[in-house]
Amino acid sequence: MAGSNNLNITPPRWLLAELTYKCPLQCPYCSNPLDYSKHSSEISTEDWKRVLSQARKMGAVQLGFSGGEPLTRQDLPELVQHARQLGYYSNLITSGYGLTEEKIIQLKDAGLDHIQVSIQASSKELNDHIAGTESYETKKQVAHLVKKHGYPMVLCVVIHRENIHQMTQILEMAEELGADYLELANTQYYGWAHENRDLLMPTKEQFEEAEIIAQAYKEKVAGKMKIYYVIPDFHEDRPKACMNGWGTTFLTIAPDGAALPCHSARELPGLDCPNVTEHSVEEIWNESKAFNFFRGTDWMKEPCRSCDEKEKDFGGCRCQAYILTGDMNNTDPVCSKSPDHHVIDEALDSARQSALSDDEQPLVFRNSKNSKKYS
Amino acid sequence: MTINPELTINFSSTHRLQWEEAQQKDVILYPEGMVELNQSSAEILKLCDGSRTLDQLVTDLEAKFATSGLKNDISSFLEDALKNGWIQQP
Repeated sequence: MAGSNNLNITPPRWLLAELTYKCPLQCPYCSNPLDYSKHSSEISTEDWKRVLSQARKMGAVQLGFSGGEPLTRQDLPELVQHARQLGYYSNLITSGYGLTEEKIIQLKDAGLDHIQVSIQASSKELNDHIAGTESYETKKQVAHLVKKHGYPMVLCVVIHRENIHQMTQILEMAEELGADYLELANTQYYGWAHENRDLLMPTKEQFEEAEIIAQAYKEKVAGKMKIYYVIPDFHEDRPKACMNGWGTTFLTIAPDGAALPCHSARELPGLDCPNVTEHSVEEIWNESKAFNFFRGTDWMKEPCRSCDEKEKDFGGCRCQAYILTGDMNNTDPVCSKSPDHHVIDEALDSARQSALSDDEQPLVFRNSKNSKKYS
Repeated sequence: MTINPELTINFSSTHRLQWEEAQQKDVILYPEGMVELNQSSAEILKLCDGSRTLDQLVTDLEAKFATSGLKNDISSFLEDALKNGWIQQP
């Protein structure tokens, strides 16, 4: 079922280095796999340096240091320095927890270009509840220090039913903290977020109200702060062009060295994701089964196969097709042409019922204890 | 937001202008993003080093490419660049 070999394969441009699954936070929408605790090994500093060099040689230029919390890796400054020497633009994607001023300066000297700090809400109570860890004051302090030391800063807030009513306050907080960019990331329902979907999914009315507020603010802060609004695709008629097309642009390396076409691809069955301790990045990108699996359009079933939009959205997201229909080869059910589109309406209905219900279930927080239940 | 002709122009301190060997292009890099530049845009931005005003930039580019009448194209590109945050003025 692997894609044909005569495709014109484009080189990776974006490398997401998930340095570790360790994290002091417990966000219930975490993008790490549910069973992350069974992938607890981490590749070495030398492995990472080799991967960075190999991917850079192929043409990767944007580099995200992510996790888990990447600051838990003691070799982070060494990896940042190596990345800078290779000519990467390095982004640190952090919770801010444990980021001292000394470390901010050390990373700047090593050549780090940008720091993205996540905040869970605009109030201390809600932030600390969602993060599962007292962290609000630290995060705000870190945001000030990031700006003090001349970095461009992205503030990232994941939006869901618990915090969507704070949209105005979130926008004001971002402006006050001096964010150059505010990423309002509507929750994407994979992994942990899928488990908690009934509790996290806002109603359509809430989405619409929040979007109007965000769009109006966009004009108010034009030229000062850019606002990226990551759309909630459950309310769209067409799926997102996931990963800009499978194996065209994005390469994720998981903490244990598994190479993934997207950070959720670990959930897909039978991909046999290759590991950087056994293969070069070039072999993985060009020749592996996993990276060729959904390249091009030969793999598509109907209605994608005969659809005139297949080059535009590539059939949507493979992980979403798998989670929601049980077959990763299906059209993303977000698409109104999908015969499985009813599962989206059912999910929205189910979340609405849960929102109206008096006896809400507790959120499943992302931590080792809960992860072991899925292993 | 428009270019002040009295002031010098410099490339943004929070963006990076870089030649990409793999793409055979100059690019602008910024948080989680990249813009690919054509040759003329790249030549203009490389001269935004804080030592030239708009008119001086036009004079230098016209001399470099042995041509004239570039002012409108250069200033409209720089207006866009300013809006995008790629360049700044003191």
